[in-house]
This record gives sequence, structure tokens and C-alpha cells, in this order.
Amino acid sequence: MQWRMFHVPLHLFLQNGAVMRINLKLFATFRVGRFSAEAREYPPGTPVAAVIRDLRIPEEQIGMIMLNNRHAEPDQQLHEGDNLALFPLVGGG
Amino acid sequence: MEELNAFLQERADNDLLPWYAQLAAAQRFDVSLPRVEEAALSLELLPARYQRNRQAIPVGQQLALFRSRVAVIGCGGLGGYVIEELARLGVGTIVAIDPDVFEEHNLNRQILSTPSTLGRAKVEAAVARVADINPAVTVIPFRVHYAPENGADLLRDTDVVVDALDSIPTRLDLAETCADLGIPLVHGAIGGWYGQVTTQFPGDDTIQKLYSRWVEGKGVEQQLGNPSFTPALVASIETAEVCKIILGEGAPLRNRKLSINLLDMEFEDVIFTPHLVAIGE
Repeated sequence: MQWRMFHVPLHLFLQNGAVMRINLKLFATFRVGRFSAEAREYPPGTPVAAVIRDLRIPEEQIGMIMLNNRHAEPDQQLHEGDNLALFPLVGGG
Repeated sequence: MEELNAFLQERADNDLLPWYAQLAAAQRFDVSLPRVEEAALSLELLPARYQRNRQAIPVGQQLALFRSRVAVIGCGGLGGYVIEELARLGVGTIVAIDPDVFEEHNLNRQILSTPSTLGRAKVEAAVARVADINPAVTVIPFRVHYAPENGADLLRDTDVVVDALDSIPTRLDLAETCADLGIPLVHGAIGGWYGQVTTQFPGDDTIQKLYSRWVEGKGVEQQLGNPSFTPALVASIETAEVCKIILGEGAPLRNRKLSINLLDMEFEDVIFTPHLVAIGE
């Protein structure tokens, strides 16, 4: 089971064995060594930041978080069926 | 200048004014080509070079473009294409700001760079290029770094600012300056196969959100470089945004970010919640 490697607090599992399914999408360099799009399961109430940690992406490399087509912040909690996308910083001209 | 007006009206073919007539008018009345263009557009005569604009941009709007002033901050990959397109569009005054000279590594993508412009100031190349393609357009070059300290001077009387910079902290400074001066700002950034565009009006904070986690250094462009097609595309979208802002037409990328992935041909339109100050609450 993939969730064993997640960096999420154990008490979330103990309180509630349920999981929610999140559709993840990564952009540009974040795809390298990871994936383009993947559905993953997390305990209910997992914040965006925990998913970023789970993916081992340093937070300062995150340009933008998109949750269900809207800009989001790391402390936002995820819900069943959410579409979460992570974009790296782009700054060239 | 009734004589100038009569001269132009006599030489118009229906309402199209040929280039030779603009040149002849400038010589005969000893006035500048921009002055002739404004006189023609004020008479609802369309310089013939703009006849393929007309279905999208009627003559009254062409006059609005001519009377507008757009500042392009950075004259490299993005800025070069933006200047080229603004000049062909017929924006009357372009303020070009960049401290650098062309180097060999610019040649793969920067439209103002050629082997003969190596070592030459980018803003001087911009002046020469626009003089070549549309002499009715005035380019005001500033061979300086944009900085918060000189921003108010550089951007005075500007209708729209184009962010074509290559430094994240300078982009954030520019966003602050434009907010303070009340000027709309069109932001474009590129790296490798990827790019982004957003348009920010005074009070909006999309650019600040895009770079809120930035600590130091550059973005993906550091690893991925910049090929030729990404700046051309992102600059074209930026220019379309400038055109719409000046004309008050269409729906700009306000509180939205268009994210572009040319490797997999994916375009994402991300919605930002409007900043409360900007919507007046």
C-alpha cells in the first residue's frame, strides 16, 4: 500500500480509517522522476502542504498551487475527488 | 494644419492613406511622421499599412493605439518580440528599458539580436528596428536597470507596462511600482518549454501570489534555458493583452494565470480570487 510512505500524522489514520482520493498533476520540472498525473489516496483532512512534502518537492520551488482550477495556499485542506496541480517557479524573460 | 489635412485627404484612396503620401506630407509640411499619422487617423484616414488590422481594430481604435504609450521592461527574449508587435500594431510610443548589450547566447531567441548587433545596447537595437519597420512609432530608449527608485520617472504617463524581465525580485518590485502609479501591468515569464502570462490591474496581487514562496535565485529557466518559440508565444499573448487594455475590449487575464506547457501542449487557465482592495470591498 502506497500510503505507508506518506508523511502524514498517524493519528489521522487512527481516528478514521477512511481515505480520500486526490487527482494530482505536476508541471514542468516537477514531472522529472515523479509523474505527470496520478490519483493518490490520503487521509481525510490532509492539507496541500502534506502532499507537497509527500512528493519531496521543496516548498520554495513551488510557484503556484492549483486546486480545482483555482489558486490555493499550502494550508488548505483537501477533499475527496479534489484536483491538485503544482507548478514550479518560472521567471525567465 | 488645414493644409496638411487637405493634402492627406486628396491623396487618400477612399479612406486608405498610402505610405508615400505620409512621407510626402512630412516633407512638404516639415512635420514628423508621427504627426502625419495622428493627423491622418484624426481625419479617419487609415494608413494603408494597417488595412489588415481593420477588421479587428477600426480606425477610431487605431487612433487610440497611436495615442497610447506602453513601457516594455526588458528588451531580451520577451521584450524584443513585444516591441516588434507593438510597433506593427501601431502603438504610438514605446518606452524601451534595458541596461544590457547583445551577447552571442541571445541569438537563439532574441529577435532584436543579430551578429551585427552583438555588443550593441538592446534598447538601441530596438530604436533601429522600429525605425525600420514603422517610422510613425516613437521609441524612447532608457539604457538602465529598472528599479523602484527610477520607476516613477521611467513610467511617467505610461498607459500599460509590460513585464519582460528575467529576475523574480525585480518583477515583484515592478508590480509594486505599477500598483503605486496606478498602471496596468502585463506579466509574462518563460523557462524551457514553459511559460505563463497574467494581467494585473492596480490593487490586484496575482504576481505577488505567483512568487510568494520565492526565496532566491531563478526559476525553471535556470535548468531549462530558453528556446526560440517560447518567448515568441508568450510575448504575443502579452501584446494581445496590451492591445485589449488600451482598447477596453475583450476579457484580459485578470485574476487568472495562463500556464503554458509546449512540450505536452497543455494550457491551464488558473483562477485567482480577486484581492478585496481591488474589487472595492
